[in-house]
Amino acid sequence: MSPVTSKDARIALFQQWFSDNIPHNKALGLKVIGASRGFASMQLDWREEFVGNPETGVLAGGPLTAMLDGCCGMSVATMLKAPEPFATLDLRIDYVRPAEPGKPVIAEAECYRITRSVAFTRAFAHHGDAKDPIAAAAGTFMLGTKGRPTRLPPGDKP
Amino acid sequence: MSALLTRLAEARKEGNVARLAEAIPYARWMQIAPENGTGELLTRMRYHPELIGNTFLPAIHGGTLGAMLEMAAIFHLLWETETETVPKIVNITVDYLRSARPVDVIACAKVTKQGRRMVNVFAEAWQEDRSRPVATANAHFLVKSDADAPPSL
Repeated sequence: MSPVTSKDARIALFQQWFSDNIPHNKALGLKVIGASRGFASMQLDWREEFVGNPETGVLAGGPLTAMLDGCCGMSVATMLKAPEPFATLDLRIDYVRPAEPGKPVIAEAECYRITRSVAFTRAFAHHGDAKDPIAAAAGTFMLGTKGRPTRLPPGDKP
Repeated sequence: MSALLTRLAEARKEGNVARLAEAIPYARWMQIAPENGTGELLTRMRYHPELIGNTFLPAIHGGTLGAMLEMAAIFHLLWETETETVPKIVNITVDYLRSARPVDVIACAKVTKQGRRMVNVFAEAWQEDRSRPVATANAHFLVKSDADAPPSL
């Protein structure tokens, strides 16, 4: 794979790898808004079917869980020298305050340590101000699992 | 009283726990619903292609397993405990044990510790073989109404 230098081109590639080619992320409509070494950022737009409490319009935990899992995973992918399959080992989420109905949610994940077998990540979800989080996450990922790298779209040879 | 608690009262009267899912848009969208046909309260996430997280294996997205374990814990608290408020999730830790194949996922939950305000719940998800779980979770829920309380339901 040739190195991708432009920021927009990098985001477009990660959008393809981590949203368009992953059916559940695509169903959530996840948008990749940032990708650099060790960092990943995504946006989830509010939709009626993501609501947990129809009276308040507050999001269920599930869409945030799926988004934070995906965003932490993408931060791992930005650290890999060569594409390699990996899988979530565990994921902890603290729901620190309710998401506000109708507002998009932004997730920002960091892969702060990677070893041969395990990658360590943390993430926050917020409405635009990272100092006022909706949720905090910590995820670990097992590297070198079976399967094919997430980064390769179906049909491409590794 | 919330729509969900109204629905809970109706579901109890009918003895049909599946009605609980009807009040939650996310549960309907994800096709996650509780069932008690066997006498034990279980939560099922029906397989549909939008659950896939890895098209190569193929495997169900880990985030959806976390989501259904959380829903299983909520349905358990609503149905099996004398809760008078909708439980509010504080946090959840999910352990991923195996990749989940493209078939239904079933989960059960149990209360590890019931406090006055806080409940600790354990939930476990499997596919065909209950002795081979695909994911487990521990979660805390606030169960006493409190204006300052955290999220999500």
